Amino acid sequence: MLSKSQARIFFIGATAFTFVVFLGLTWNSLSREVPVQTNPENLTAQVIEGKKLWESNNCMGCHTIFGEGAYYAPELTRVVERRGEAFIKAVLMTDQPWAPRGRKMVAYAMSEEEASNMVEFFKWAGEVDLNGFPPKPSIKR
Amino acid sequence: MKYHSQKVAYWFFAAAMLLLFLQLFYGFIMGFARMGFDGWHEIFPFNTARAVHTNLLVFWILLGFMGAAYYIIPEEAQRELVSVKLAYIQLISFLLVGVAALIGYHFNYWEGRKFLEIPRPLDWLVVINVLTFLGIILATIFKGKKRTTTALVLAMGLMFAGLLYLPGMIFFDNQTVDSFFRWWVVHLWVEGVWLLVMGGILAFLLIKLTGVDREVIEKWLYVIIGLTFLSGILGTGHHYYYIGVGKIWMIIGGIFSMLEPLVFLAMALFAMAMYRRNEKKHPNKTALYWTIGSAIVSFVGAGLLGMAHTLPQVNLFTHGTLVTAMHGHMAFWGAYAMIVFAIITYALPNLTGRKFYNTKIGQLAFWLSNIGMIGMTAAFGVAGVAQVYLERRLGLEFGTVQKELEVHFFVLILAASLFATGVLLFIWEFYKHGGPRDEALGEGDVFYKDSHLVNTLRQ
Repeated sequence: MLSKSQARIFFIGATAFTFVVFLGLTWNSLSREVPVQTNPENLTAQVIEGKKLWESNNCMGCHTIFGEGAYYAPELTRVVERRGEAFIKAVLMTDQPWAPRGRKMVAYAMSEEEASNMVEFFKWAGEVDLNGFPPKPSIKR
Repeated sequence: MKYHSQKVAYWFFAAAMLLLFLQLFYGFIMGFARMGFDGWHEIFPFNTARAVHTNLLVFWILLGFMGAAYYIIPEEAQRELVSVKLAYIQLISFLLVGVAALIGYHFNYWEGRKFLEIPRPLDWLVVINVLTFLGIILATIFKGKKRTTTALVLAMGLMFAGLLYLPGMIFFDNQTVDSFFRWWVVHLWVEGVWLLVMGGILAFLLIKLTGVDREVIEKWLYVIIGLTFLSGILGTGHHYYYIGVGKIWMIIGGIFSMLEPLVFLAMALFAMAMYRRNEKKHPNKTALYWTIGSAIVSFVGAGLLGMAHTLPQVNLFTHGTLVTAMHGHMAFWGAYAMIVFAIITYALPNLTGRKFYNTKIGQLAFWLSNIGMIGMTAAFGVAGVAQVYLERRLGLEFGTVQKELEVHFFVLILAASLFATGVLLFIWEFYKHGGPRDEALGEGDVFYKDSHLVNTLRQ
């Protein structure tokens, strides 16, 4: 039967092996996949400002982007394609409470510039190659 | 309690209980909001409630881990903590930083990245705090008479957890890279190093409660944490399927996260086997319930329910839906909340000298909270699966689907009420024990031997 020192060797070996593989795959992702799939050349100052606004208002606390967030409000990865720029800006710039189907969103009353930064961020996000996410509805009605 | 400085643990546990109470409150706010009753939107908008709910969870679990370490390490190292004063300073400063962050969330001051909402300036204070904590623990171990495997595994888990906090503090302008490293913190914490902490606490409790030989328990502890890293590190891949990195993660993440339930299965089998082999009967049965319960519920919640949506073909449809909430609730409850409850239930009579073993309220707390959590998981699961079919498969609009799901949140709130009753009873029991007392010093563990109670110290 397994001894304690063999068990320790298993622990150290398994950890070292998987960690090295993990670091290798990480390096591969950052150096080869991210440049192709996320179009970093399109990360303009506006997009980065948009991302900062996305974070400083905790949009992820209700919405999702790349499927990550809180599932309380719609997924926004393809929001520009779905709703168009004007709609998004109107939602972000209004100071009136906004509650589609009774579900309330904080009225952020953003400036024109801030709202365009958000739109640019969403445009960039919409063009990232997400390996097929979000999926197309697969049941025909 | 054998060492005077173990008393510090009590105050960490007490703070954890208080924060846990608040966590329930914010959970209910969200449950009602999802049902359509969000009357408090002006004060607690959903994103605030959500950030506070999850951060409180992390906050009180960490306090529980720290308390556990302050209780366990002196006993394992066979010496007092190197500095009690520093430990109290660490507790108070940790509470101040945490509470400041939580208040900030109510005023739109945060770094809105899921689970890592603490703003960066406060992150640095957290780092200093955690370094102090690790300093006290490590110094105590290295100055101690003994360096047991249990103590080392526990310390290693806490140390790696501190180290892994760092990648979450860097700003990336690319959302994909941001998300990539956010999971280094979140995933490698909960499916990696936190499991070391859990394993360490579990091993300590099993040694104390079953009286099985330490060498046997610690051997299996190595196997379990070995399996944890074998599956958990590359299992990070299941967060990388759809964030803008390559498809290789689908293969790697899929295969290794299918192995993750094995860790929890091993943990559950191990706890059960040690329970069956018990060589001494400890009178604190409720602590044994929480210990074994933690191993079993984490197998279901983290292992099986995680596996249910971890394959890329399934995850394509469930990613970003309430299915995740189903898995998340039971996983955290089983693996981390219950193990903290277990160490508290075990340590409390020893710290306070009041041996309220196996009270009716304590037993009721165990059953109500667990049955309530099973109900909550079912409600989230039904809502999540309905969402997947209506929104992702049929292509109905998000808001339309959410309207359809409201009824499931009524069920969720019913189950959550049961759960909360159980947790409140637990907190009540905690309060009833009163504070730690010096009279409790010098008392070892008590066991039943030939139906007589025997104190291990006086044997």
